[in-house]
Amino acid sequence: MDDLPNSRPTDPRPQDPWKALRAATAARVGLGRSGDAMPLSAVLEFQQAHAMARDAVHAPLDIDALEAALKPLECLRVTSEAAGRAEYLRRPDLGRKLDRESASALDAAETGADVAFVIADGLSATAVQMHAANLVHACMERISGLKVAPVVLASQARVALGDDVGERLGAKLVAVLIGERPGLSVAESLGVYLTFGPKRGRRDHERNCISNVHGKGGLTYAQAADKLAWLATSALRLGLTGVKLKDDVDALAAPPKEALPGGG
Amino acid sequence: MPLKADLGGERHVFDDLKQALACASPRRSGDELAGLAAETDARRVAARYALADLPLKHFLDEAVIPYEDDEVTRLIVDTHDAEAFAPVSHLTVGGFRDWLLSHEADSAALAALAPGLTPEMVAAVSKLMRNQDLIAVARKCRVVTAFRTTLGLEGRLATRLQPNHPTDDPRGVAVSVLDGLLYGVGDAVIGINPATDNVPNAIALMRMLDELRLHYDIPAQTCVLTHVTNAIEIMQRGAPVDLVFQSVAGSEGANRSFGVDLGVLKEAHQAGLALKRGTVGQNVMYFETGQGSALSADAHHGVDQQTMEVRAYAVARAYDPLIVNTVVGFIGPEYLYDGKQIVRAGLEDHFCGKLLGLPMGCDVCYTNHAEADQDDMDNLMTLLTVAGCTFLIAVPGSDDIMLNYQSLSFHDVLHLRSTLGVRPAPEFEAWLARMDMTTPDGRIRELGLKDPRVSRLLDHPSLVA
Repeated sequence: MDDLPNSRPTDPRPQDPWKALRAATAARVGLGRSGDAMPLSAVLEFQQAHAMARDAVHAPLDIDALEAALKPLECLRVTSEAAGRAEYLRRPDLGRKLDRESASALDAAETGADVAFVIADGLSATAVQMHAANLVHACMERISGLKVAPVVLASQARVALGDDVGERLGAKLVAVLIGERPGLSVAESLGVYLTFGPKRGRRDHERNCISNVHGKGGLTYAQAADKLAWLATSALRLGLTGVKLKDDVDALAAPPKEALPGGG
Repeated sequence: MPLKADLGGERHVFDDLKQALACASPRRSGDELAGLAAETDARRVAARYALADLPLKHFLDEAVIPYEDDEVTRLIVDTHDAEAFAPVSHLTVGGFRDWLLSHEADSAALAALAPGLTPEMVAAVSKLMRNQDLIAVARKCRVVTAFRTTLGLEGRLATRLQPNHPTDDPRGVAVSVLDGLLYGVGDAVIGINPATDNVPNAIALMRMLDELRLHYDIPAQTCVLTHVTNAIEIMQRGAPVDLVFQSVAGSEGANRSFGVDLGVLKEAHQAGLALKRGTVGQNVMYFETGQGSALSADAHHGVDQQTMEVRAYAVARAYDPLIVNTVVGFIGPEYLYDGKQIVRAGLEDHFCGKLLGLPMGCDVCYTNHAEADQDDMDNLMTLLTVAGCTFLIAVPGSDDIMLNYQSLSFHDVLHLRSTLGVRPAPEFEAWLARMDMTTPDGRIRELGLKDPRVSRLLDHPSLVA
């Protein structure tokens, strides 16, 4: 964890006196100066990190690859009412609603599952591409006693689209796996939102969240899946998600200490 | 009252003041999201014509949010100073714009006028002003506040050192503080956004910052940006609170979504004053605001986001703050879509805050899903500094690793000081000179960690532990 995120192995600062201090934080400290400006190496490292974050926001989700990675699980594809990325970013309300075709398809699907997984591109398709299938497989191993709906793959989707999906599928619980807003240090962080009794109009305080699933010091698939399985079974037993459930979980199982991004 | 304007053979009618205000705003994603923006550019200009002809006095008769429904409206109406308003009471909004730009409207006239203005008057006139107008008038406004440093003096630009850390690790925070001090940053406040917002954690961070401040004998104020109710509890427990922080918005409902009302803000202000920790002044409050917060809380009452933002300044000014800043690009592209919208909003917020008499600063910033980059931030920081901005926020290398967004860097502050000649607060400037961290002509020296002037800063327990 001595190096800044994305710094190259040939970083020309081997005798850097800041090294010991930098171990305490991933912040871009001790960059040095070119006159009053940042040295070019720091400028380019920053631009590289920003480019990765922007690409994560704008890259389209490769649904075919995701569906292949989810095999043998059955999948359904849906899209929100947001027509493209530009509209998605401007109109969060549209990203929360299924388009008409998707809505009819789901209305025709089998109902009555305990859990429905929705994989949503959110603000980082990169995160979804890297982590979503692995996390779903890890979850399936831990909830084999539950009836699980076909996995719904949602494009241009926000968290609350899961309410629309879960309601139409008549699922007791919906788990939305979604790409989190990318930072410069981690552009591929996946979050999970669980909502009991999904229906349109649910509020954020009625959900439980597992965030920071990624490979740069975040939650591992096993850690996230353990937590999700625990939350799912508790939610189904108690008939709720949200603040009340969170209190129980935090008391029973302290969440893993958040690790610094950018580490080895 | 309906407003109307004829433009190119077409009559544009606006149902009421708030619709005219919304339509007159420059195009921005938040008003489009709310369904309040003008449908066409022509209608936008028509709304500006309509506002330009509206007497300022009308704003005292038509509230954009009803008096009975909202305590922020009641605050605005009940504290309006008719005597201060008198010099401009005969003007229309358009006439007011011209008067503000006139040489008659000097610093003294603007300071005397501030208590006579309502947020809605200020929002309305800002919608008739180009960016250069917003800069020219804000530059004339002089708002001086003080705690351990004096802020807002002519030719000065203060900075907030923001040493955030994703796990609030004290050593990680201390390293970022040290980094910032080496660039002469921190005279407005050394202020941490805690990753975990609870009382014991905030107390631990406050004690650490206070020890650092005392150890280096820095004339600056520190702040942990914890919820105001936590701050009240923390003050009762006797922990070292310099500034009391709170995010505020422009309606009672939006403030409720932040977990505050005017009563609790007053209680916190009184408690902060009672500590008497300031040395050169007793402005103890620190407020943050940002366009879009009221809509985000579904408490905007059909009022456009810029007008709602200015109403938040009416809340702030009731508590004599040391500093107020708009977190202009933080809220995301659904409110301010790109660099152009962020730059415009930053200039509007600064102008409107200053005209209402606030020590207005800005977090020049953006998120990774907005259409913006460092070049946009370079533009906005330069424009705001020319406009006489009270303070700007800076983080190591522009990268806030806890809040995951980009603000200004410590280097950016050096750039502004050398290109625009703006100096730090006088008390802080004297400290930098005392520590031999500045050259005789006022530049910040570039010092290595082994330099004795720096190594003596490295002996603090939080850095060597």
